[in-house]
Amino acid sequence: MARQIRRLSEIPREELFVSGHGLCAGCGIPPMVKIALKAVDGPKVVVNATGCLEVATTLYPHTAWRVPWVHNAFENAAATASGIEAALKALRRKKNWKNYKIIVFGGDGGTFDIGLQSLSGALERGHKFIYVCYDNEAYMNTGIQRSGATPVGAATTTSPAGSVIPGKPENKKNLMDIVLAHRIPYAATINAAYPVDMWNKFAKASDYLEKGIGPIFFHYYSPCPVGWRMDSSLSIEISRLAVQTRLWLLYEVDHGKIKINVMVRKPKPIEEYLKLQGRFRHLLQPENSHIVERLKRYIENNWNRLLKLAELDSIY
Amino acid sequence: MDRWPSKWMDLPIGGVINIPGTSTWVKTGTWRSHRPVVDLDKCIKCLMCWVSCPDNSIIRLDDDYVDVDYTYCKGCGICANVCPTKAIDMIEEGGR
Ligand SMILES: Cc1ncc(C[n+]2csc(CCOP(=O)(O)OP(=O)(O)O)c2C)c(N)n1
Ligand code: SF4
Ligand SMILES: [Mg+2]
Repeated sequence: MARQIRRLSEIPREELFVSGHGLCAGCGIPPMVKIALKAVDGPKVVVNATGCLEVATTLYPHTAWRVPWVHNAFENAAATASGIEAALKALRRKKNWKNYKIIVFGGDGGTFDIGLQSLSGALERGHKFIYVCYDNEAYMNTGIQRSGATPVGAATTTSPAGSVIPGKPENKKNLMDIVLAHRIPYAATINAAYPVDMWNKFAKASDYLEKGIGPIFFHYYSPCPVGWRMDSSLSIEISRLAVQTRLWLLYEVDHGKIKINVMVRKPKPIEEYLKLQGRFRHLLQPENSHIVERLKRYIENNWNRLLKLAELDSIY
Repeated sequence: MDRWPSKWMDLPIGGVINIPGTSTWVKTGTWRSHRPVVDLDKCIKCLMCWVSCPDNSIIRLDDDYVDVDYTYCKGCGICANVCPTKAIDMIEEGGR
């Protein structure tokens, strides 16, 4: 049994994701990966869609991973994981292999957009793995291009804010809704400002896999100082603000039952979140106030909707 | 194998890296322009800096107080920012 914790001091010291990788100073990805690899106990194998995490942690012959790790293309991480699961099943039957737990890490580009159909297929077929989408809200590794995860109003290199458009004109896709449409046993959002909550979700996922329950999906809020044009020290602070403004809702869906993990009773104004990031700075100009209003309406409706859904015994 | 082969003929086939964690050969501490300094009198052992550090540069001591390993620290400042008691200061490298 993986262990549920109440304090950070209960987390073991030994790291399976080590130093010397090339992720930017202040990158939000490692705090999640470190916890994932420790909280999911026993032997495991990592599948990584291309993106910052994949590229910056495996500059040949250097690898930051101390677990078996496989590179695959941008669009097929979930398909690769499905194949590994099938192969392990056969090896266990014929050669008495250990039971490896499979963890997939994919960016938002690799999950919301290009890898969506392979993810949907794998979820529908019910493969037993954990898929983590680390969402930094753009294609960062190739130079900050907008993705289906980029929020409305965010400036990227392919949605630059100016006189033509006020940053990205379209809304962020709701990936959790798409995942939940597959009625998988366990899905949750995770955030590095709430590491105990994040640990406990991975530990629960680990126990589910142990019992043959899957697939499991996590949506991780992954700050990117470079792409969000903010100070490198702010990654955890911005993660907390995202929750406290109700922009990022922390919840889990366990066999259809929604539980809200952080009840935000008095939300902070969204402007506090926007003003720390260069990608949103233009939104504070009067001519772009309609975008901020649009965001506020969305935040309010989305929160009210989650409260209502959480009253149901099951959304499945 | 615990060292990377010096001759190409000896490289593992298929782009495989068969030594775990070889990135520790890359000392990313050279990226840093500011360095974190911990004041242990203020530390309350909450370990937020330790879990949040992207480069495993916060050393968690046996008694759960913390220290900094400058070999890999890129100077991002997350540790100083998350510290609830402001026990960590960022000091400019080369400055006094
Ligand atoms: C089929 C294909 N198209 C384009 C690329 C180039 N490419 C590599 S990483 C990347 C961006 C990945 O974005 P995301 O998944 O959000 O991860 P991030 O870089 O933001 O961590 C792109 C476009 C590729 N490797 N394969
Ligand atoms: S570009 Fe962003 S996501 Fe990529 S390594 Fe840098 S900080 Fe991390
Ligand atoms: Mg991305």
